Amino acid sequence: MNLQSLTIAGARGAIQEKRISATELAQLHYGKIDADDPKIGAFLTLSKERALAQAARIDSMVSKGEALPPLGGVPIAIKDVIATEGVRSTAGSKILGNYVPPYDATAVKRLEAAGAVILGKTNCDEFAMGSSNENSAWRPVHNPRDLSRVPGGSSGGSAAAVAADMAIATLGSDTGGSIRQPASFCGVVGLMPTYGRVSRYGLIAFASSLDHIGPLTKTVEDAALILQTISGRDPMDSTSADLIVPNHVEDLKKPVRGLKLGVAKEYFGEGLDAEVRRAVEAGIQKLAVQGCEIVPVSLPHTQYAIPTYYIVATAEASSNLARYDGVRYGYRADGVRSLTDMYKRTRDQGFGAEVKRRILLGTYALSAGYYDAYYLKAQKVRTLLTRDFEEAFRRVDAIITPTCPTPAFKIGEKVDDPVAMYLADIYTVTADLAGIPGISVPCGDSAEKLPIGLQILGRHFDEATILRLAHAVESSTNYQKKKV
Amino acid sequence: MKISDQDVAYVADLANLELTEDERKRILRDLNSILEHVDRLNQLDTSGVEPMTQVLESVGAENNGGSRLASAAREDVLEGLRKSLTHEVALVNAPKDDGAFFLVPKVIEK
Repeated sequence: MNLQSLTIAGARGAIQEKRISATELAQLHYGKIDADDPKIGAFLTLSKERALAQAARIDSMVSKGEALPPLGGVPIAIKDVIATEGVRSTAGSKILGNYVPPYDATAVKRLEAAGAVILGKTNCDEFAMGSSNENSAWRPVHNPRDLSRVPGGSSGGSAAAVAADMAIATLGSDTGGSIRQPASFCGVVGLMPTYGRVSRYGLIAFASSLDHIGPLTKTVEDAALILQTISGRDPMDSTSADLIVPNHVEDLKKPVRGLKLGVAKEYFGEGLDAEVRRAVEAGIQKLAVQGCEIVPVSLPHTQYAIPTYYIVATAEASSNLARYDGVRYGYRADGVRSLTDMYKRTRDQGFGAEVKRRILLGTYALSAGYYDAYYLKAQKVRTLLTRDFEEAFRRVDAIITPTCPTPAFKIGEKVDDPVAMYLADIYTVTADLAGIPGISVPCGDSAEKLPIGLQILGRHFDEATILRLAHAVESSTNYQKKKV
Repeated sequence: MKISDQDVAYVADLANLELTEDERKRILRDLNSILEHVDRLNQLDTSGVEPMTQVLESVGAENNGGSRLASAAREDVLEGLRKSLTHEVALVNAPKDDGAFFLVPKVIEK
């Protein structure tokens, strides 16, 4: 079986038609992981027992002649910031090194209910804080396309696992670009749904008003299928929207002709790599040829997105991460003198440098005397950034941008300069701040054979349009067929 | 706005982080470089702009083809959302426990 071109529908069909069993397909992926992951580092924990039990259930359905559910037997891996019952979930952090959740995230539960086989947990930046996966407490992830380069972050393991055919699809999380940026760097599809579309229950919190769960896949159709599987109201997440979940896969068949596409000059300015610009402009051209109307739009507050993000996200993180105190779960420092001493040493030894940096920045931004100057100011600018999009979406149906200013950079290149690292998210953070959906779809390669991603942003709860456009980009570039 | 070594010590204490001397130096340098970048927010006049705290509050239901949006109140029912964890399960991840409680260093001295 050729894993490289195997999609969700392809895998389910092969299992249903008995060309391969779900158990064999899971073992095939574990074999691939055993062979290739030592040099890539995409996986932190394998959940073989759980995977093979589910595969056996699927195989018994097939032998009884039952129709398989939409993800029947499909091997999927889960980012380590998403809780999986009975399977270690560290969030890429030493402080949760031994944590085995007593419950499943809703998204994981829904995938498994739809027949998915959960292979294991993918590597990521610690608490999803990073743009290169170099902040994992366990090991960095290498880009399958070029092992000297980063896979992006923070869902670097999730992107690399799909790119290297170690899973058919993965779940990631996106707070400032953490699904779309690694998807772009690894040459896969990455979808961040609208805030509220997918339940965050079981997502280990980083910044609650910005966190999203979404899929990384080989094709746009697979992203659509996973989205409709994990979407919908969940009583366990009060911010999950009670809206009808569209049939996104069916909607992909609609033509893109007549759609109005916004192109914002703020996303094509200084700092954008010339090859990325060319590839994205060629992608826009292909959509124009298919009958889309290209409309110049302006998102004037874009240059304020990174500073706004780093105040809002770190302030929320400083509160969310206060729970790691060594009392109820996770790491606890030895040889402590008092309760306060235990908290401080546990946190100092358990958290990595970037997490501490962000907790301190967030604590500072929320502290007496600075709250108005930093936190309140950033929340007001967040309003302005959101209004930019509302304004633009009165005139256009979607906005096309590059996903990242450059292709994947070298491991180690930006580790000593936090601001340079943060700027890797310059085109992705705006959608998180506004809560709108965004997708990154491969649109070409650089001269060095590094993948380039095109980003499509849509209106709140209008994933259907951005999926349809991404599908059109994918079909016109035929990109998904030429992989690693 | 430049932050000082004392600011870092103060904030580290608020955040319950014990930093080594080296970490404090590095953090001081990094926070100042990040805050310098953040200071550009002051170029914007935000008087009269409402702060945005949540996405869904600022999204009108009429945009979304539905009216039943999130953050709605629910009935406060005992174990309404899920069963509480049993003692055994709740303590399984605890660094130290006695089977009934989480154990921590003594808080009150005699």
